[in-house]
Amino acid sequence: MNKVFLWGGLRPAAGGAEFVEIEALTIRELLRKLAERHPKLETLIDSEIAVSINGTIYQDDWSKKIPKDAEIYLLPRIEGG
Amino acid sequence: MSVLVSSIINGDNIEFACEPDETLLDALRDRVGMTGVKEGCGTGDCGACSITLDGALVCSCLVLGAEAEGRSIETVEGMSDGNVLHPLQQKFLEHAALQCGICTPGFLIAAKSLLEKNNDPTEEEVRYALAGNLCRCTGYDKIVRAVLDAAKQMRKA
Amino acid sequence: MGKDTQLTDRVFKSVGTRPMRPDGIDKVTGRARYGADHNMSGQLHGSILRSPHAHASIKSIDTSKAEKLKGVKAIVTAKDFKTKGITDPDLLDIIDNCMASKKAFYDGHAVAAVAAVDAKTAKAALKLIKVEYKILKHVTDVDEAVQPKAPLLNNKCFTKGVDPTPDKASNIAKRSEFGHGDVAEGFEAADVVIERTFKTGQSHQGYIEPHACVASVGPDGTGELWVCTQGHFVFRQQCAKILGLDEAKLKVTSSEIGGGFGGKTHLWVEPVALALSRKANRPVKLVMSREEVFRASGPTSATSIDIKMGVTKDGVITAAEAELRYTSGPYAGSWATLGAMTSFACYDLKNVKTVGLEVLVNRPKTTAYRAPSAPMAAFAVESMIDELADRIGMKAIDMRIQNAAKEGTRSSYGPVYGPIGIGPTLDAAKKHPHMSAPLGPNQGRGMACGFWFNFGGQSCTDLNIGSDGTATITVGTIDVGGARASLALVVAEELGIPYDQVKAVIADTTALGYNEMTDGSRGTFASSMSAIQSCRMAIADMRQRAATLWEIDVDEVVWENGHAYAGESGLNDSNSNHPPLSIADLAKSADKTGGPIAGHAQIVADGAGVSFATHICDIEVDPETGQTRVVRYTVIQDAGKAVHPTYVEGQFQGGAAQGIGWALNEEYIYGEDGRLQNAGFLDYRIPVCSDLPMIDTQILEIPNPNHPYGIRGVGETSIVPPLAAIGNAVSNATQVRMTHVPMSPPRILAAIHAEAASDD
Ligand code: FES
Ligand code: FES
Repeated sequence: MNKVFLWGGLRPAAGGAEFVEIEALTIRELLRKLAERHPKLETLIDSEIAVSINGTIYQDDWSKKIPKDAEIYLLPRIEGG
Repeated sequence: MSVLVSSIINGDNIEFACEPDETLLDALRDRVGMTGVKEGCGTGDCGACSITLDGALVCSCLVLGAEAEGRSIETVEGMSDGNVLHPLQQKFLEHAALQCGICTPGFLIAAKSLLEKNNDPTEEEVRYALAGNLCRCTGYDKIVRAVLDAAKQMRKA
Repeated sequence: MGKDTQLTDRVFKSVGTRPMRPDGIDKVTGRARYGADHNMSGQLHGSILRSPHAHASIKSIDTSKAEKLKGVKAIVTAKDFKTKGITDPDLLDIIDNCMASKKAFYDGHAVAAVAAVDAKTAKAALKLIKVEYKILKHVTDVDEAVQPKAPLLNNKCFTKGVDPTPDKASNIAKRSEFGHGDVAEGFEAADVVIERTFKTGQSHQGYIEPHACVASVGPDGTGELWVCTQGHFVFRQQCAKILGLDEAKLKVTSSEIGGGFGGKTHLWVEPVALALSRKANRPVKLVMSREEVFRASGPTSATSIDIKMGVTKDGVITAAEAELRYTSGPYAGSWATLGAMTSFACYDLKNVKTVGLEVLVNRPKTTAYRAPSAPMAAFAVESMIDELADRIGMKAIDMRIQNAAKEGTRSSYGPVYGPIGIGPTLDAAKKHPHMSAPLGPNQGRGMACGFWFNFGGQSCTDLNIGSDGTATITVGTIDVGGARASLALVVAEELGIPYDQVKAVIADTTALGYNEMTDGSRGTFASSMSAIQSCRMAIADMRQRAATLWEIDVDEVVWENGHAYAGESGLNDSNSNHPPLSIADLAKSADKTGGPIAGHAQIVADGAGVSFATHICDIEVDPETGQTRVVRYTVIQDAGKAVHPTYVEGQFQGGAAQGIGWALNEEYIYGEDGRLQNAGFLDYRIPVCSDLPMIDTQILEIPNPNHPYGIRGVGETSIVPPLAAIGNAVSNATQVRMTHVPMSPPRILAAIHAEAASDD
């Protein structure tokens, strides 16, 4: 089971929860399950999410495997200059 | 009505036609095809368009094409001697004095003009001589070093 | 020879050396072709009519007179941009910003455009276009814009990120929040609590090359775009959508780029040039003037930040809290979000809370500028650290070291850090001779830390081996300042051939798969990762070919130093009766072993490492005039692995210089009428050569575990600390806390006088 932390902006769409517990092997699976559980999150997930796994941020590589008990943090997508 | 202008550009006799109110910068770029002369502002503030006109360093965006009649122009395209780079060009490469390179032609011309007057400038003299040229990429550190190094090499030669 | 990284124990041969760049000769001889240096046969001159008003609804636009002018070939207005079917709100904003539809939102907002046979005719035509405006009340100041009575830019703007969504429209487009712990509790535990408000002016990226493009679209929807951009694949995708073209039929070629720093990640005039070209059925060249660049291409945010921090007398920061208000221009952005995320990222904090508010104002659309949003937040945070340290009688550097984030720290934006470089940069700063050098009269010393995320994203590269064994690496991320040299080094390293046998080229959009922009410091990180994979694919292929030639099993072929060796022990196997084969040998026989030798990779290069820097500077302040002089400046930053150290230094120096300009001089100045008053390099003054000292650099190499060579991005972090480092130095010199950037002479003088008055 992975603890998935939500940044402040996502919490309202997840009923105010700071984190949710989800079992998932890849980022894709994680996001799918998250959207199933909290449908309001779906559009946010589609457009503006980055995923941090143990501190490393992934913006696109949804096939990335999630290690067991990894800390997952959902963040806004980051833009650069 | 266009005016016909004959001048010596990088040692060659060149004739071009331009509008009476056209800048020398535009004439060089659009009529003569010397796109090594860059436009960063068009108002004399960035030095990207630097050339020498009868040996004097000028912003070509502040000069009319028609004013070049009978005069001698030097641009970055005329800096190297055949396939031998000018020491300044060489040192700019060695010191990585350019990142994007848009300011480089202007800096090279301005630095050449400085070294012709003063072959042993101090860092401060280099900084003031180049203060009319803007570079947004390098923070000037490597440009100043390249100019000082080129001056040293040219003194030896 | 480069040194080992702890990560790989690998001794590098090419990576870490400092050869000359491959595109250098063209750039010192004037041959390199930038945005405005390209022409197409029969091209027209494009020109844009811009709103003189800060905020106005557009009642009507009459182009009939202009159309009749001889030599005018096409005119476009918002009517020519079909938004039906486009749902992406960001793209809709881009379109509205390229050509105002209902309202002109800022001084300089495009309202119509002309393509004509020459510049003169185009200019005359613009004068003949009649736009009827209804002038509206405007607001340009961030703090005024959040007031309940402020003029509204968009009456459908209901703040996102608050629950429930407000039913009253405001200029606050979005609220975002980060943090953990309980700040109220943290402040209770503090011995000293300080609260302040900091403001920063709006700065511009200030690239020396104005935006320029040449567009050509035929009646069959096939088009070409030559453009100076940080990302031609992104431009293709967006332009194709905006114009309703097929991506495959739009070829976008990136010119050499004369600086971007984020400003060339965004479309400003390109869709307009394409639309004009399609209408006229002729190529159109469109080059922005410097004035247009300032008035209508994206600057950074102006900000106002309320911040509160508490510390124990032993120097432990117990709580930190900030509300960050960032302007985003007329359209929603994520700038305050980034400010809120990065602000406290350098520190290990138990209790922290940041709130970001995106504020709409009548200024040009905010765009990324090098580590976007981080410098302003760092200005507030790092100034506070200095002041707190001062109040408890501790050295600011020691307080930073004591509270610095480390591996395992929960970052203020959420995730827990892996191995990071803030501690080492601080230790290096403490040991640096600059820290203990004596100061002259009226001089002050300041330091500050900075953080940036870095990122990777989609990349696609091709490697092709010539019949002589030389290699071409083709990439789709553009080179803003030496990336081709770095990539050639990486390929030389991986293949085991000399640097000068590798040529790195930037392909146009027809030659490779999609590549992200060169932004977020991703250029070298992501392209090199993809290049390495391309090389490894080619090496695998070459090993197979050697095996075929030798009639042995591929497992018996070892690849080392650019050669295939028969036998497991490779290099040292002198018994082998097969002399080693070089890449050139294998290339020579390629026709008999399966055709051309090539490698290819398409990847998502995620896992860019976060980056930290510490800067130290000395500033001299003339107490009579408020005039400042930068006396000494030092940059210390983690590069992961410096591929070409000279260009890494160049990035450090360039970012520092931009930050110095922002700290001391650069600022958009708006008049009462909402018009920009300093749209030129004379009045928007960026640092010149005589304003700066040499900028010392120290590169640290803490390898990024997610990259085969340990590379992190290096491009952006260097602009983060300067605002605060200079603020701290000026405060140290004047003994007055500086809270407003830029610290121009009048502002410094006013602060000195205000302090003197309050002391009386
Ligand atoms: S273009 Fe002439 S000085 Fe800038
Ligand atoms: S190298 Fe880019 S402006 Fe000087």
